[in-house]
Amino acid sequence: MTTRFDVAPAPHAPALVGVPLVMRRVLYALAPAAITYTWFFGWGLLINFAIAAVCALLAEGGVLRLRGRRTRVALNDGSALVTAALLSFALPPLVPAWIPALGSVVAIVVAKQLFGGLGKNLFNPAMVGYVFLLVSFPVEMTQWIPPRMGDIDYMHLTFLGQLEYSFLGRLPNAIDIDTLTRATPLDIVKEGLRTAHSFAQLRGGSLFGDFGGRGWEWVANVIAVGGLYLLFTGTIRWQIPVALLVGLLVPATAFYVLDSDHYAAPGFHLFSGASMLGAFFIATDPVSAAASDRGRLIYGACIGLLTYAIRTWGGYPDGLAFAVLLMNAAVPLIDRYTRPRIYGQR
Amino acid sequence: MGELLLIVLAAALVNNFVLVQFLGVCPALGASRRLEGAIGMALSTALVLTTASGLSFLVERFLLQRFELQYLKLLAFVVVIGLSLQLWELLIRRFSPLLSRLLGLYLPLIASNCALLGVALLNSAASRSFVAALFYAAGAALGFGLALALLAGLRDRMRHSDVPLPFRGAAIVFVTAGILSLAFVGFAGFARL
Repeated sequence: MTTRFDVAPAPHAPALVGVPLVMRRVLYALAPAAITYTWFFGWGLLINFAIAAVCALLAEGGVLRLRGRRTRVALNDGSALVTAALLSFALPPLVPAWIPALGSVVAIVVAKQLFGGLGKNLFNPAMVGYVFLLVSFPVEMTQWIPPRMGDIDYMHLTFLGQLEYSFLGRLPNAIDIDTLTRATPLDIVKEGLRTAHSFAQLRGGSLFGDFGGRGWEWVANVIAVGGLYLLFTGTIRWQIPVALLVGLLVPATAFYVLDSDHYAAPGFHLFSGASMLGAFFIATDPVSAAASDRGRLIYGACIGLLTYAIRTWGGYPDGLAFAVLLMNAAVPLIDRYTRPRIYGQR
Repeated sequence: MGELLLIVLAAALVNNFVLVQFLGVCPALGASRRLEGAIGMALSTALVLTTASGLSFLVERFLLQRFELQYLKLLAFVVVIGLSLQLWELLIRRFSPLLSRLLGLYLPLIASNCALLGVALLNSAASRSFVAALFYAAGAALGFGLALALLAGLRDRMRHSDVPLPFRGAAIVFVTAGILSLAFVGFAGFARL
């Protein structure tokens, strides 16, 4: 048996930033948004997060064990928790327990571990899990609920009620699930514009607030604040969020200015759906995003454009998840053509 | 003009042959090992595909329908595709040694691309006009090239991945292509098409 002294090169100082710290910062940035979300939409988010987190950690540990690797570092770096958190933000609050479980297992095992683990994934794991669920279980994945606002006539489930639905599939007073679900603002706008309502007409509805949907725009604002925290602590760089939001706003403004009846307002797009979450948390995953600054601008802008295109003309109300996955696939090509110039070479 | 553009977009993105209709998966996975190879294969496929669809349309309209031989459609299309392939191989070898060196490897491989037959049959089923059929073929070739390019880039990046032993090789490529297919589902339902 040989012993080997691992002597690291200078400087012999501990790293100031590491993966656990970055992941913790992301979770801190998401915490206020989670509280806001729970305030408006009930306990579903936290229950889903708990299920997703447990399954993600078990899946990661399981795969590493199968590969004969050590699990301690990987499980403690918080990356599985971040994946679980992003996935639970993407899911409707009122879903059966097996949805976040299956989604996080697919996200961790297929999208992350199969490619080699942290730092080697080609696609954003949370988005792979979400799209997999959305395509395979469209009914469960569209069980959205309205926000808790004084004037909206809606009975939210209690904590125990949510747990009961999530794990046992039972609803109180034997209500049907259909009576509890409502369309999201993005759904309403998409259907409304398709059936020749004007956007101004749709905006007057009770589910709409100043910019986006009520409740949803609050969550989007708090997510944006969390995103700014990440920007100012240097955890993420500005290129992707700015490019994504610009890529979303430019066509939105252009089409809205040209025809304000048949296209949604730019403000609506900015504060609805996953725009803010995508800009600051999802698209900024450094592993699956472009590597150079110029590449990041192109990457972010294209995600914004694709999201606008799918929202306006495609079949899904919110296209951010698909846009992110498509651009993840294009990242190797983007990187190839935006290689930074080496100093001194032409 | 707008409708033709939509046909191209539909064939390239919404009903991408490799990722959505799962036709031509074999050459797509085979030729996507390197980006240069992918571009070569995409170009050769584009040439043969457009010619084959055009000729298939003509054969169907002026031969099969005229003589009421529609039951020979499948056979006729296969022959037409083989002919187009040979035609391009001959032309390229004769008139451009450069192209022959670049594309020469891929032309025979295209014979195994079932997207060729798929395009011809789909055009026939949808009773598209000659021009529309050509544009559909162009769109299909564009989509094929896009899928190839994306897969080639991803496979290039995967060389630095740490794939578990049972999944190395074809398995992880299929998983990647599967995730790419999931991503392309986002194009479904582009309402104007």
